[in-house]
Amino acid sequence: MEFFLVQTLNGISYGLLLFMLSSGLTLVFSLMGVLNFAHASFYMLGAYFAYQISTKIGFWPALVVAPVLVGAIGMLIERWGLRQVHKHGHVAELLFTFGLAYLIEEAVHLVWGRSAVDYRVPPDLDGPLFTIFTSQYPIYRGFMMLVSVAMLVSVWLALTRTRIGLVIQAALTHPQTVEALGHNVPRVFMLVFGGGTALAGLAGVIGGNAFVTEPGMAASVGPIIFVIVVVGGMGSLAGAFIASLLIGCMQTFAVALDWNLVGGIKMSQLAPVLPYLLMVLLLIFRPTGLMGTREG
Amino acid sequence: MRGHFIRASAFGVAAALISFGAWAQTIKVAYIDPLSGPFANVGEQGLAEFRFAVDRINASGILGKQKLEVVPFDNKVSPQESLNQLKRVIDQNIRYITQGNSSAVAGALIEAVNRHNERNPGKEILYLNYAAVDPAFTNEKCSFWHFRFDANADMKMESLTTYMAGQKNIKKVYLLNQDYSFGQAVKKAAREMLARKRPDIQIVGDDLHPLGQVKDFAPYVAKIKQSGADSVITGNWGNDMSLLVKAGKDAGLDVAWYTYYAGGLGTPTAMGEAAAGKVKIIAEYHSNVANNKAAKWDAEYRKQAPKGNPDFYFLRGKIMWEMFAKAIAEAKSAEPKAVALALEGMKHQGDLGEVEMRKSDHQLIQPLYVLTLVKAAAKGGPKEARIDMEGSGLAPITDARMEGYTSATPSSCQMKRP
Repeated sequence: MEFFLVQTLNGISYGLLLFMLSSGLTLVFSLMGVLNFAHASFYMLGAYFAYQISTKIGFWPALVVAPVLVGAIGMLIERWGLRQVHKHGHVAELLFTFGLAYLIEEAVHLVWGRSAVDYRVPPDLDGPLFTIFTSQYPIYRGFMMLVSVAMLVSVWLALTRTRIGLVIQAALTHPQTVEALGHNVPRVFMLVFGGGTALAGLAGVIGGNAFVTEPGMAASVGPIIFVIVVVGGMGSLAGAFIASLLIGCMQTFAVALDWNLVGGIKMSQLAPVLPYLLMVLLLIFRPTGLMGTREG
Repeated sequence: MRGHFIRASAFGVAAALISFGAWAQTIKVAYIDPLSGPFANVGEQGLAEFRFAVDRINASGILGKQKLEVVPFDNKVSPQESLNQLKRVIDQNIRYITQGNSSAVAGALIEAVNRHNERNPGKEILYLNYAAVDPAFTNEKCSFWHFRFDANADMKMESLTTYMAGQKNIKKVYLLNQDYSFGQAVKKAAREMLARKRPDIQIVGDDLHPLGQVKDFAPYVAKIKQSGADSVITGNWGNDMSLLVKAGKDAGLDVAWYTYYAGGLGTPTAMGEAAAGKVKIIAEYHSNVANNKAAKWDAEYRKQAPKGNPDFYFLRGKIMWEMFAKAIAEAKSAEPKAVALALEGMKHQGDLGEVEMRKSDHQLIQPLYVLTLVKAAAKGGPKEARIDMEGSGLAPITDARMEGYTSATPSSCQMKRP
C-alpha cells in the first residue's frame, strides 16, 4: 500500500514536470505553427539563469526573473531571427531552431563551463512535506506539482478569458482581419513565442535544482518532450497535460514491476523506452494524438 | 592573397623543420580521449594532469636530454573516431598512445594496436591504459602491447566486498546498475563475491536501468526502500549517480551507497550535501589520504588547474608517467618493445606504497582505498576532511586502506609475446 501510494505520487509529480516542460512547446506550435527544436535549450537557459541569480539574490527572485529573462531572449530571437526565416516556410523555421539549439548549448559551455553547476534547492523547500507510513515525500516535489498546475490554469485562463488571449486566437486563423482591426499581429506572435520560451525557462528554474544543471540537460529532455507533444496531439494543451501524466505514471510503474518478459528482460529495464513505444503505436493507430485536431 | 600564401607556406616549412629537429629528443605520447562533446570536461582534466606530470618528469632530468610530450587527439568517446585518430597517430610516427574513458573505445584500440603491430614489425605502438576497467583487457583479451594502470572492475569489487564483509551491520544489499557491459560486470561480480565472502547477506533487489536515460530516480528509490536494503552497490557514473543519490535523500532513504564513480568529475557538485556520510567510493587516491607523499604535487597541481576542474584526481596517472619514464631510462631506448619489456614486472615506489606492473597480464597491482564523502572540515565536518572536492563542501576521508594483494585477482591471461 505504502509502495503503491508513493509510486503514484512519484508518477504524478514526474508527469507534471513533463507537462511544465512541454506546455511551452505545444503552445508555440498550436499558436504559431512553429515546431521549436530549441525548446529544451530554453529550459536549460532557465536553469542556468536561475543558478546565477540565486547565487546573487536568492531563489525566490530567480523564480520570477529567470523566466522573464528567458522570455525576453525568446522575443528577441523571434523578432530578429524567426520572423525573417518565417517567409521561407516551416522547413526553414525548423532548421533555424535546430541550429539555435546548438548555439545555445555552445554559449552555455562558454559562459558556465562543461561541468555541472552547484544549483541547489533553497533551504525553505528542502525537507519532507509529509510522511506516508515510513516514506518521506519531499516539499520540493509538492512545490513542483503546485507550480505545474498553476501554470496550466493560468495559461488556459489567459488564452480563453483575456482580451489578449482572444486576439492571439483570432490572429491564428484570421491574421488579416485582426490586423485590419488595428492589432499588431507580428507583435502578438512575438509575445506568444516569448511566452512559450518563458514557460520553458520556468520549468528550468524548477527542474534545474531538482535534477542536475549541466550542459547536457537540454539534450537529455529534448526527445521526451516531443513524445509528449506528439502523444497529446500536436498543439493541444489539454492533450499535453494528459500525455504527461500518462507517461509519468507509466514509467514509474514500469520501474516498480518485476515482471519477467521474454528472454529474461525485466519490465523495469524497459521503463524508459515505453514512451517511445507509445508514440510509435499512437502514430500508427491515431496519428492526430490523444486530443489533437490538426494533421501533424 | 598571394603574399599570405607564401608567408603561410614558409611558416609551415619552418615549423616542420623545427619539429623535425626536435624529434630526436622528444618522445611523443598520443592522448586519445574526448576533447569535445558531452565528456569533454573529463578528457580535458586528464590532459591537464598529464601535461603537468610530463612537465615535472622532463624537469627532473630522469630522461636526460629526451623530453616527453603529450599530444592530444579528440576521439569524442567513439570507438570509430578513436580508430581514425589512431591512424593519424601512426601517420605522425607517434609510437605511444594513452587512453582511459570508455572500455568500448579501449577494446577497439587494443585490437587495432595488435593488428598494426603484427603487420608492422619495428613500428609497434604501445598502449598505456589509465582508466578503462573492463576485466577482459587483462584476462582473455590481454595483449603484450597494452598496460593497465587502473585496477579493473573485478579488482575494485574484490576490495570493496572484502571491506563490506567486515561490516557486520550490512544485512541486505540492493544492486542497481546501468544496463551495459560495465554495469552488468559490476552486478555479476558483486553477486559472486558477496556470496563467497558473506553468504548471510541477502541480495534483496537487482535492477538494471538504461544508461543515461533516467531523469527521475524516485521510482527506483521507492523500490529500494520497499526492499528494506541497508546498502546499495552501484557502478553508476555521471548523472545516473548524482540523480540517484539526490532522489534517495529526498525520500529520506537511509542506505550506504557503495560506488565506483561518485567521485567522478561534476558528480560531487551535483550530489551536494545529500551525499554526506552516505556515499562510499573505491579508489586509489583521494586528497585527504594519510601519509600522502603526493600532497605537495596535489597542492601544486591545484594552483594551476583549469577552471572548473580544480582537483587532482589521477594518482594512477602520475604513477603511469613515472613508471613509463623509468622504463625508458632502464631500457636506454624509446622503442616501444624495449620499453614494454622494461615495464612488465616493474616494481615502483608509489606515493602511497609499492605498486607492481604484473608481468603475466600487464595489470598494475596497487593499494586501494574505501572512502566516504563527508561534510568538509570548513563546513563542520571531521578534522581530516580538509580538502573538499570541486569546492562542493563534500570531502573524502578514508574508511579503510586495502593493500594491493586484496585486489590482486588471478588472471586468465595467456599472453603472446613477440
